[in-house]
Amino acid sequence: MKIVIMGCGRVGGMLAGLLDEAGHQVTVIDIDSWSFRWLPRSFSGKALVGDGTDVETLRKAGIEEADAFVTTTQGDNRNVMAAQAAKHIFNVPKVVCRIYDPLREDLYKSMGLETMSPTKLGANVLMDIVLGKGG
Amino acid sequence: MYIIVVGGGKVGYFLSLALLSEGHEILIIEREADKCKVIAEELGSVVMRGDGCEVRTLEDAGANRADLLVAVTHRDEVNLVACQVAKHKFGVKRTIARISNPKNEALFKMLGIDVTVSSTNLILEQIEEKLPTHSMSHLLTLEDGNLEIVEVNVQTGSAVIGKKVSEIVLPASSLVCLIINAAKGAQVPTASSIVEAGDHIIAVTQPEYEAELRAALTG
Repeated sequence: MKIVIMGCGRVGGMLAGLLDEAGHQVTVIDIDSWSFRWLPRSFSGKALVGDGTDVETLRKAGIEEADAFVTTTQGDNRNVMAAQAAKHIFNVPKVVCRIYDPLREDLYKSMGLETMSPTKLGANVLMDIVLGKGG
Repeated sequence: MYIIVVGGGKVGYFLSLALLSEGHEILIIEREADKCKVIAEELGSVVMRGDGCEVRTLEDAGANRADLLVAVTHRDEVNLVACQVAKHKFGVKRTIARISNPKNEALFKMLGIDVTVSSTNLILEQIEEKLPTHSMSHLLTLEDGNLEIVEVNVQTGSAVIGKKVSEIVLPASSLVCLIINAAKGAQVPTASSIVEAGDHIIAVTQPEYEAELRAALTG
């Protein structure tokens, strides 16, 4: 699959590495080239410096041919904006949007966006561990 | 009307000042404590500290009874999300977003923002109009009819000088409506009106024929 990832932090960098290792064609976008240090040394995909909320940057990253787009920047609003551009302007078949704020996550899920809230997931996992229910 | 203004920077401040003087009920949502303090001192208790994209902040602001939300922070993504949360979570009927990157206009419209105001475009247009070398400027865009009204300055050396209006080959969907001459004043042209150097021509055209019209009148 051709996959574009916006935001190359710990999560974005690791996800890019995992998908690359699994044989996918990965392009990762970040506004700061220093962030690409989070990519594994073995990463063979593309790293692009640019603002993923700008449609021109998304085009450069190959969004028009992408099978999937994932947003993993620190900003919920940036993630939501880029994800909606990918879904509604570029018709990317699979768009996944990270949203820290659980309330905003609920809203955008109800509006048809595929979302993931690390806050909700993390809190639930921690609760299970604390209560001894963890796998 | 009850109007929520997201962003208490210069634009938010002066917008609120104007809306207050028109008698509207205003609440400014601003994240920075310092700015909140200044606004409270200058405008009174019309400011709330918080993030205008947060559901809880908008709930506290009484967004469910707001007639209008205007998001004017300097960040496009913040303005987009504030408007979307207001609209989809609280049913605010009308939302207005300020846009810095003109390329975002289409996306915002597509995502249901009622009105977008591109500050960058506004400034560009103002400067372009003042540029003496600029031969064509936009006066008005009629979105419904996909028409625009433009002004063309006939500069010395232009091929249309001395020609009758009927002799100028205009592109499709374009019409010369008015010729403003320094000596004769504004005139609705007839087929035999002659274009002189220094004339201002007011014409109607469609955006796709704009370049052709420019070429026909300035070439």
